[in-house]
Amino acid sequence: MKEIVVLSGKGGTGKTSLTASFALLAGSSAVIADCDVDASDMHLLLAPEVEQEEMFYSGKEAVIDSDACISCNRCLEVCHFDAVETDGTLYEINPVNCEGCSYCERVCPVDAITMKPSLAGDWYVSKIRSGARMVHARLGIGAENSGKLVARVKNEAKDIASRDSKALVLVDGSPGIGCPVVSSLSGADYIVIVTEPTVSGLHDLKRLRELIVKFRLPSGCIINKADLNTGYCDEIVKFLEHEEMDMLGTLPYDERITAAMVQGKSILEEPYSDSETAGKIREIWKKIQFKFGLNGE
Amino acid sequence: MKTIAIASGKGGTGKTTLSTNLSALWAEKRHVTLLDLDVEEPNSGLFLNGTLVKQEIIEKFIPVWNPDVCQLCGKCQEVCEFNAVMKLGTDIMVFPELCHGCYACSDLCPNSALPMAARPMGELSHYRIGKLDFIEGRLAVGEEQAVPAIKKVKEYQKQELPDADLVIMDSPPGTSCPVIEAVKDVDFVILITEPTPFGLHDLKLAVETVRGLEKEMAVVINRDGIGDDGVESYCLEEGIRIPARIPQDRGMAKTYSKGKLIYPSHPAMKEELIRLIDFLEAL
Repeated sequence: MKEIVVLSGKGGTGKTSLTASFALLAGSSAVIADCDVDASDMHLLLAPEVEQEEMFYSGKEAVIDSDACISCNRCLEVCHFDAVETDGTLYEINPVNCEGCSYCERVCPVDAITMKPSLAGDWYVSKIRSGARMVHARLGIGAENSGKLVARVKNEAKDIASRDSKALVLVDGSPGIGCPVVSSLSGADYIVIVTEPTVSGLHDLKRLRELIVKFRLPSGCIINKADLNTGYCDEIVKFLEHEEMDMLGTLPYDERITAAMVQGKSILEEPYSDSETAGKIREIWKKIQFKFGLNGE
Repeated sequence: MKTIAIASGKGGTGKTTLSTNLSALWAEKRHVTLLDLDVEEPNSGLFLNGTLVKQEIIEKFIPVWNPDVCQLCGKCQEVCEFNAVMKLGTDIMVFPELCHGCYACSDLCPNSALPMAARPMGELSHYRIGKLDFIEGRLAVGEEQAVPAIKKVKEYQKQELPDADLVIMDSPPGTSCPVIEAVKDVDFVILITEPTPFGLHDLKLAVETVRGLEKEMAVVINRDGIGDDGVESYCLEEGIRIPARIPQDRGMAKTYSKGKLIYPSHPAMKEELIRLIDFLEAL
C-alpha cells in the first residue's frame, strides 16, 4: 500500500479540486482521506454517502465547581494560559483559553476542579461515486488538537486500505506547515505539492519543502495557474531542479474548475471532460501512477 | 484603540491581499499598525517594503532536565498531559515540540530538577513604511505550535506601540486554535471569502467561530463574479453586511503574483477599499 499526501503550503492554490480529480481517477483501488479537517471541502465535489459516523474526543477542559471553590486563587496563579477568570470571589474557566494541562486540577486544595474530555469533532467513513471509500471529518468550532484528528482520519483510511487490500491511500492535507500538516506527513510515501506562480506561492513552497526534507520524504510539484506569471513559473521550475524534486506538470488558469465546483463536480466530468485542463490532470495522474506502479480503472 | 482582524475559513481567499492593501491605503491618511499573525506562512511582508525597526527571536519556555538533582520519582511524567516528558530508565526525556509550556512538571518537581529555559521557536520583525507599522511573526520550520508565536506578536505590539489606535491583524486560515488566538480579543472581524461552494462552506464555519467568540463581523467578497450567488444569499439570510466586493480580474491576479500592492494600479480595487475604510471608520 502506498500513501500519497497532497499539500500546498499556501491556501487556495487548487489543492482540493486537484485531489478530488485524482481521487476519481484512482477509482475503487484507492481509499481517500480528507485531512484538511479545518476547512474540509472535498466532500462538496465527491458527495460521499456516509456509512459510519464517530465522535472524536481529544484533550480535556477544566471545570470549576463554584459550590466547592474556596476562592483561594491558586488555580489562577498556576495557569499560564489566562484561562482562569474571576471577580474576586467567583472563579470560572474560559474554555477558549484552557489548554487542558490539568495543572489547576492538581493544585486545587479542595478538589473543586475536574477535567472533562472535550469533543473535538466528528469523523466519517463514506462511499464516493468511484466506488472508493473516503474518510473525512468535521472539526468542532475552535477545537484544538486538529493534528490528532488528522492522525485519526489518516489511520482509519490506512486500516480500511489494508483490510480491503487497496493499493493507495490518497490524502488531502492542510495548508500551512504547523501541527495538522506535520501530522499528515508521518507514514507518507510521497508528497505532491500544488503551488501557483506567485511571490506567495514560491515563498510558501520553499517553507513546505524545508519541512518535508526534515522528514526525508520524496516530493513532486504541480504548478497550477501556470500562465498567470511565466517568470515565476520558470523560477519555480528552477527551484524544483535545484532541490531535485519531481516536476509533475503545469495547469492553466482555468475558471472552468470553479464552474465545475459550482455543479459539485470535478473538471474531469461533463461538460468539461474534454478541456485542456482535464487532459493535463489525467497526464499528471498517469505520471504518478507509473511512478508507484498503480493501476487505475 | 480599534482592532480589526482579517480572517477566513478557507485559505487563499485574499486575506493577505486585503490586509496589505487596506493597511497601506488607510496609512495614507492615518497611523496604522498591521500584524501578520499567519505565522506558519507569513506573506504580508512580501508586499510591503519597509525599514526594519527591530527584530527579536520568539522564544517558548520548556523544561530542561538537571540529572544532578533528579531523584527519578517520575512525578513529571505523571503530571504531563501531552506526553512531552518521559521517564525512560534512568533518564528523563523532554520532547520540546510536544510541550505546551504549562510549567506543571517544572513547578511540581519535588527536587526542582526541571527548570524552564527559553528555546527559539520563531522570529518577530518590526518594519516601518511611512505611517504604517508592520509587525510579522514567523514560525521556525518544524515548530508545530503557532499559538505562542501569535501571542508574542500581539504582546510586542502592546508593549512597543501602546498608543496604536488602529490595529489590523492578518489572521491564519481555518477555525482551530491559531485563528481563535488571533481573533479572540479584537473589536471587529472582516471575513474574506470567494463566491464559490468551497468559499461558502468555509465561510459558514468561520461565521460560527466568530459568533462563538461574540464578535461583530462583516464579509468582503473577493473574486466577485466567479462561482455563484450562494455567499450573497447566505449573508442576506444571516443579516451579515457585505461592505466591499473585489471584482474577479486577471490583471489584479497578475499584479498580486509579482508581489505588488494592487490598488495603486487598479482603480476598481481602490474604490472597494475606500468603501471598506468608510464602513470601518463609521463603526
